[in-house]
Amino acid sequence: MKQWEVVIGIETHVQLSTRAKIFSGSSTAFGAAPNLQANAVDIALPGVLPVLNRRAVECAIRFGLAVDGEIAAKSVFARKNYFYPDLPKGYQISQYELPVVRGGRLPVQVGEREKMIALTRAHLEEDAGKSLHEGLGQAAQGRSGIDLNRAGTPLLEIVTEPDMRSAAEAVAYARALHALVRWIGICDGNMQEGSFRCDANVSIRPAGETLFGTRREIKNLNSFRFLQQAIDYEVRWQIATIEDGGSIEQATVLFDADSGETRAMRSKEDAHDYRYFPDPDLLPLVIDRQWVAQARAELPELPAARRERLMADSGLSAYDASILTASLDLANYYEATVTAAGKENAKICANWVMVDLAARLHREDRDIGESPISAAQLGGLIARIADGTISTSMARKVFDELCSGGQASSADAIIASQGLQQISDSGALTALIDELLAANPGMVAEFRSGREKAFNALVGQVMKATRGQANPQRVSELLRQKLA
Amino acid sequence: MAPSRGCGGKNFYDTLYGSLVYHLSDFVTMSLTLEQVHRIAHLARIEVDEAEARRTLGQLNEIFSLIETMQAVDTQGVEPMAHAQELAQRLRPDCVTENDQLALRAAFQAIAPEAEAGLYLVPKVIE
Amino acid sequence: MIEFSLAEIAQALASREISSVELTGLYLDRIARHNPQLNAFITVNAERSLAQARAADDRLARGDAQVLTGIPIAHKDIFCARDWLTTCGSKMLGNFVSPYDAAVISRFHEAGAVLLGKTNMDEFAMGSSTETSFYGPTANPWALDRVPGGSSGGSAAAVAARLAPAATGTDTGGSIRQPAALCNLSGMKPTYGVISRYGMIAFASSLDQAGPLARSAADCALLLNCMAGFDERDSTSLDRPREDFSRELTAAASSRPLAGLRIGLPEQFFGDGCSPEVMQLVEAAIAEYRNLGAETVAVSLPSMQLSVAAYYVIAPAEASSNLARFDGVRYGYRAPAYDDLTDMYCKSRAQGFGAEVKRRILIGTYVLSHGYYDAYYLQAQRIRRLIASDFAEAFRQCEVIIGPTSPSTAFRLGEKAADPVQMYLSDIYTIAVNLAGLPGISIPCGFAAGLPAGLQLIGNYFTEARLLNVAHRYQQATDWHLQCPAGHA
Repeated sequence: MKQWEVVIGIETHVQLSTRAKIFSGSSTAFGAAPNLQANAVDIALPGVLPVLNRRAVECAIRFGLAVDGEIAAKSVFARKNYFYPDLPKGYQISQYELPVVRGGRLPVQVGEREKMIALTRAHLEEDAGKSLHEGLGQAAQGRSGIDLNRAGTPLLEIVTEPDMRSAAEAVAYARALHALVRWIGICDGNMQEGSFRCDANVSIRPAGETLFGTRREIKNLNSFRFLQQAIDYEVRWQIATIEDGGSIEQATVLFDADSGETRAMRSKEDAHDYRYFPDPDLLPLVIDRQWVAQARAELPELPAARRERLMADSGLSAYDASILTASLDLANYYEATVTAAGKENAKICANWVMVDLAARLHREDRDIGESPISAAQLGGLIARIADGTISTSMARKVFDELCSGGQASSADAIIASQGLQQISDSGALTALIDELLAANPGMVAEFRSGREKAFNALVGQVMKATRGQANPQRVSELLRQKLA
Repeated sequence: MAPSRGCGGKNFYDTLYGSLVYHLSDFVTMSLTLEQVHRIAHLARIEVDEAEARRTLGQLNEIFSLIETMQAVDTQGVEPMAHAQELAQRLRPDCVTENDQLALRAAFQAIAPEAEAGLYLVPKVIE
Repeated sequence: MIEFSLAEIAQALASREISSVELTGLYLDRIARHNPQLNAFITVNAERSLAQARAADDRLARGDAQVLTGIPIAHKDIFCARDWLTTCGSKMLGNFVSPYDAAVISRFHEAGAVLLGKTNMDEFAMGSSTETSFYGPTANPWALDRVPGGSSGGSAAAVAARLAPAATGTDTGGSIRQPAALCNLSGMKPTYGVISRYGMIAFASSLDQAGPLARSAADCALLLNCMAGFDERDSTSLDRPREDFSRELTAAASSRPLAGLRIGLPEQFFGDGCSPEVMQLVEAAIAEYRNLGAETVAVSLPSMQLSVAAYYVIAPAEASSNLARFDGVRYGYRAPAYDDLTDMYCKSRAQGFGAEVKRRILIGTYVLSHGYYDAYYLQAQRIRRLIASDFAEAFRQCEVIIGPTSPSTAFRLGEKAADPVQMYLSDIYTIAVNLAGLPGISIPCGFAAGLPAGLQLIGNYFTEARLLNVAHRYQQATDWHLQCPAGHA
């Protein structure tokens, strides 16, 4: 059986967070009724002209800096010519030979391993509109409806080198990129609404081969799961095709989420000659060093740097650090929790955020931004665990109460009002233990005959008698003394 | 003879994947073929019948013999001039400028060949 | 009244000697009488124009009039005008009632001018004779069997026949200057970027520029004052301080008003290509300029011969893309019967565009297509640079370049229609100016066999006011521009 190596490159269309479109003053808000966000420029009336939105350029600069790419001092908008009903001008304004960002790289966490994915370029372009095939009225049988609300929405197309070698790496890259563009505030990351869409270029070659195989491009994958499934299917299909004696032809394919299969597109087959040329309606985009410097100054600490810092400051593992820097909100939440709980409790904080809080958010389908418990509340709770005021099991109860009790309450208030403090006082516990030992001579005898289990049963009795409030560590210390 | 554009085709992976084909353009002695006329007419989405294509072919070849006087000129080192001015793109503020979109849509779709429920209608698009 | 300059009309309106309604009515009557022979207008809407005239009269009465308030102006049908049919000379836009105003139209509205009608033109401005219009050719008022030039031939014929006091045009390769020459008018193409292109239906975006067509340079200056100015909706619009383009015209007349002016005479304008009758008139005009105090120097534009070739790559390339939006989806013509989406495109565009437009779209598609881009498009852009450099070099030696506008006087209708290359070569003297983005003006310089000829003046970037003055001083010394075609006085 031959060994195959998978080669994947990814192009991502990231919708930039602007109020207005890239070349017109129409709103980019999602969800308006058809063609209510399509002005004269967007529907390409004869005679209208594009003017570039400054904020879109700013987003591109931020991205370029965040991936350590080169911000082009001069870049050029070109026309990509093809006919399609959702493309009102008959061309898409994009960047071709001179993109706004060249090169760059993105570190990606694949399991416990970090891999650096090289970027080829990132360029600004406009989105197309939408063709609707279903749900049209009776009169529109056999027709498609065209909604141009999305036409002219600013996109940053980010292109990687063919650096990924598995679907898992591709997904890890997509996740890291998704986190980054949200982190630096250039994209809302909403994949359902199409704000982040991936095209995967997939080819295979015999292991050890240096030339690339023929690639097929899977278009428009708008979830990480689909990205994974589509690549998995495509790779199996390409291997099977070649092993059956066939060959791969370069093609654009669509992924059908229902069947889990990819299939070649029927249209646009002749559209491969896009006749790019510089758009005469737009002058070269010039970005001076001052603008770049200003953008750099405004950039937040990036995920990789934050990860390093968390590992150094809190002693977190690379894996934990990468989970806690999955988004800027999460990282900020975590750090605020640590601030409230005390730096020495950073590891407990990490566990609570990654385990207890994550489970709760997952159950309630909420984002960290909508957490039912604030970082200050959680930090306050963790401080009480750390100083021994409450046990971990008590803490879970307090956590639940805080989650349902609103932002006004605090761990201290709940502990005080419900008397949940741990009993660590030796005097009180000794009296209780003496009572128990007297009442359970059988158990004591069993322990003395060497059965360790009996010891645990005795601890359990103490805990039960204190309704869980006894400090279990203290109880076992005292018991050992008594039974010694 | 000039090689094709450095990064042609629809996708930057063309180059990366080593599948770049060098189209040696044979413009120096060339004249268009009927097949090329049909191909560019289709690219431009203009229907031409055979007689029209033949007529067009003759005219285009005459025009190209005029155009090809350019080819004799040595332009090495000359920067292509895409614009009449050496200026930089002006940028607009990120502001929404439209307010009465319902009225706008009504005005736009009043002159549309076919529109319904706010949508422009076209023969079914097959993907 | 129909021989009044714009300044004189403005004065007559201001002094209430005549009202805008009367003036507009006068021109509407002339249009009704003469347009059937000339076919200079595609759309006239008396009711709408008169309503504007009434509003202008109110404004005049209120005393907040500007120079052009109440003056009827004809506009080339390439400018979108709200609620007006705007066809661009094409069947493709035969039903296109524009939902918005072009920047140029807005500026005339704001000045209080009356929109007198939309004038005929070569389809999508592609032509040099106004014969490619879907709405039939326009006749030259100087000889009805001859072309008025193009593509702004309707505007030129209308002003020449006194069917409008003045008009607008657009100039991509000579489309204002050449019809001005063929109809005995003054027509100016300003520096690229001086007038907003917003709402002007694009032919070749990097070359297109609007401008005035009028009976004198002084009238052109007044029109340019209205048309020019920064527009944030056009990325190529130039943000420059406002200027009064007639500022130099008011200096007192003298016997040698152009003393010290250095006029460049490029050898390429005075070679074999030009007809001897036209050349004779141009030489006489140059002699007149020497009388006015100017001196002449020989200059050279060595790459100019290549301008037609470069132009017929760049302009069709841009046009092929600019005209892709005419696809029968959102506005304009859609074929009545088709099989599917692609067929709908192909048939709508085949039926909606005329032969010349299709020809240029095909040329443009070809020169941009894979494998030919470098050889054609990039080479043409490099030659464009050489041409611009030639002008820059020449303007180190002179202030204004002078030569013929068109190699011949008006040719017969149909004479060149079947021969695209011959037609293209009729723009040999004007195209280079568009490629370089420079300002140019054509003014009348005499008649050959009863047909007018034009003198072209080319200036360096942003020297419109200077050019207009150089033209104006000639017009103070000569009366060619005052001649009116027989039957139209």
